[in-house]
Amino acid sequence: MVEPFAQGRTKPRNPLGGRMTPPSRRAFLTGCSAAMTMWNTATRAAGSPSLTLVPVAEGLFVSPGRHELFTPQNRGHISNITVIIGDESVAVVDTGGSAAIGRGLIEAVKAVTDRPIGYVINTHMHPDHVFGNAPLTDGKAEFVGHAKLPRALAARAERYLTANRDSLGPVAFEGTRIIPPTRLVADTLQIDLGGRTLRLDARKTAHTDNDLTVWDEKTKTLILGDLLFAGHVPTLDGSIKGWLALLDVLEREPAARAIPGHGPPVMAWPEALAAERSYLIAVAEGVRQTIKSGGTLSDAVATVAPANPDGWLLFDDFHARNVSAAFAELEWE
Amino acid sequence: MKMFATAVVLATLAATAPALSQVASAPSALDENNPWPALKADLFGDRTIIQTNDLVTLEAPGRAEDAAIVPVTVKIPASVGPIKSLTIVVDKNPAPIAATFTFGPAAGAGDRMISTRLRFDAYSDLRAIVETADGSLLMATRFVKAAGGCSAPNLKDADEALANLGRTQVRSLAAVDGAPENRIGLVMVRHPNYSGMQINQETGYYIPAKYVTAMDVSRGGVRVFKLDAGISLSADPNIRFTFANATDSQLAVSIGDSDGNVFTAQSAPSGS
Repeated sequence: MVEPFAQGRTKPRNPLGGRMTPPSRRAFLTGCSAAMTMWNTATRAAGSPSLTLVPVAEGLFVSPGRHELFTPQNRGHISNITVIIGDESVAVVDTGGSAAIGRGLIEAVKAVTDRPIGYVINTHMHPDHVFGNAPLTDGKAEFVGHAKLPRALAARAERYLTANRDSLGPVAFEGTRIIPPTRLVADTLQIDLGGRTLRLDARKTAHTDNDLTVWDEKTKTLILGDLLFAGHVPTLDGSIKGWLALLDVLEREPAARAIPGHGPPVMAWPEALAAERSYLIAVAEGVRQTIKSGGTLSDAVATVAPANPDGWLLFDDFHARNVSAAFAELEWE
Repeated sequence: MKMFATAVVLATLAATAPALSQVASAPSALDENNPWPALKADLFGDRTIIQTNDLVTLEAPGRAEDAAIVPVTVKIPASVGPIKSLTIVVDKNPAPIAATFTFGPAAGAGDRMISTRLRFDAYSDLRAIVETADGSLLMATRFVKAAGGCSAPNLKDADEALANLGRTQVRSLAAVDGAPENRIGLVMVRHPNYSGMQINQETGYYIPAKYVTAMDVSRGGVRVFKLDAGISLSADPNIRFTFANATDSQLAVSIGDSDGNVFTAQSAPSGS
């Protein structure tokens, strides 16, 4: 029951202060609404939530997550899930935040293709991207992730499971387990889905220390996981310097479109990066200013861009923590 | 569970070895919901503690953004006069005594400040107990909502953290506004400060505790403070403090950790 744009209550503003509608969203609304209606009725299974798959390119679908924290109602479907269909097999990129969403994903895939899921790719360690893995272990899928993903998951397993059991409630949480990747990417890896090649790139520490991006050569689509936020305020759990440096690298990818970890199902490239980059720069510059003037971590939390001038969603939930993380990193410059 | 196991061990030690733990009166039974009476007995025996949130000011967020890095500031106004020590306690942490500062001649008088970052394992009272030169105990208390910070891997980049272990900086910053008799100093050390409650990602076993245990800061050879620290200090321990201004305000620090490593650093010769 996920409405693709139910999350778009507040539009992000551009750095100059004027309201803007992301071009990708506009293009999507005018160009794909018929197809979207078709998929709205696609899937429903007993005990599984119905996931809407939005077509964004040939054989490539996105089930958009809501811009929310984990709740029993959203069952942890708060980030985008991508499905890529080849001649022989299917890859899913991220699996949502609970086993229930993982089951819903399996049903949704069955409704659009008879090819089996051959690969489950997790873009990084966060629960809203990996907690739907468990039901997918029933098939023949290989689980693929950054070489540092198993360590990151193991270090946080107990805390992640406890916190999200609490916020999802027992019904939505049931069956949720941590399934680490079996195939690791230390640098780059090609995956063949049959007539369709995916390139997976392990990135240096940015959003987390285990970010993986997926490039679909066939449609020139770049799937960024949480290296790209739109609407939902970016969250920093890695390195702000690393993230800003990586954006400069990613910007040069010759993509036709990008899929964010949080945001609309598809965005224009590289324009999609602008809002996130200006947020990260504002945080980094504000924190550096505080450090330079002899201020403390508390001073930075109180003074760095506290007013949310760009209208980011979930700002109150994550911004202060971002500032705190940036301070702890940048004070060592 | 781990938390209480550790706390029970501490309580048992206290009960069997009163001489070592300086227990002046029989420790009261450990109450999980209110550990303070037992802690107070361990730390200060039956001495009177004056509860005050005015004479000593304790600043911390009511709800912390990140339980592994909770900023805490203690302010001691000039009116308190000379002080001997400052003890910071997080009641519900597995090792509740986060830090004990013992001040030296260069600690300065006037308005004083000590600021650091702590881990919180559960919602807890946070306490700052100042012992004045005449032996009075002044305590400020604040309740902090933060949990899970002791077992959380607050290292964003695990490889980088170990690669930089021991990197130390000490800085002598500007004089305090309106109180030129004091300056602000800052000590930072790169250290994972493993609490013993974090999991080794490769083996699945708990990582042994490995943390900064002591810090000695001096100005021109005169002690500012000596710190005895526990696992409640956040990774990359960070202490900001006031000290007495002098012609030569160069600071030196020596830091020891639980593995016996010693890290040292000096600030630039004349401030900043």
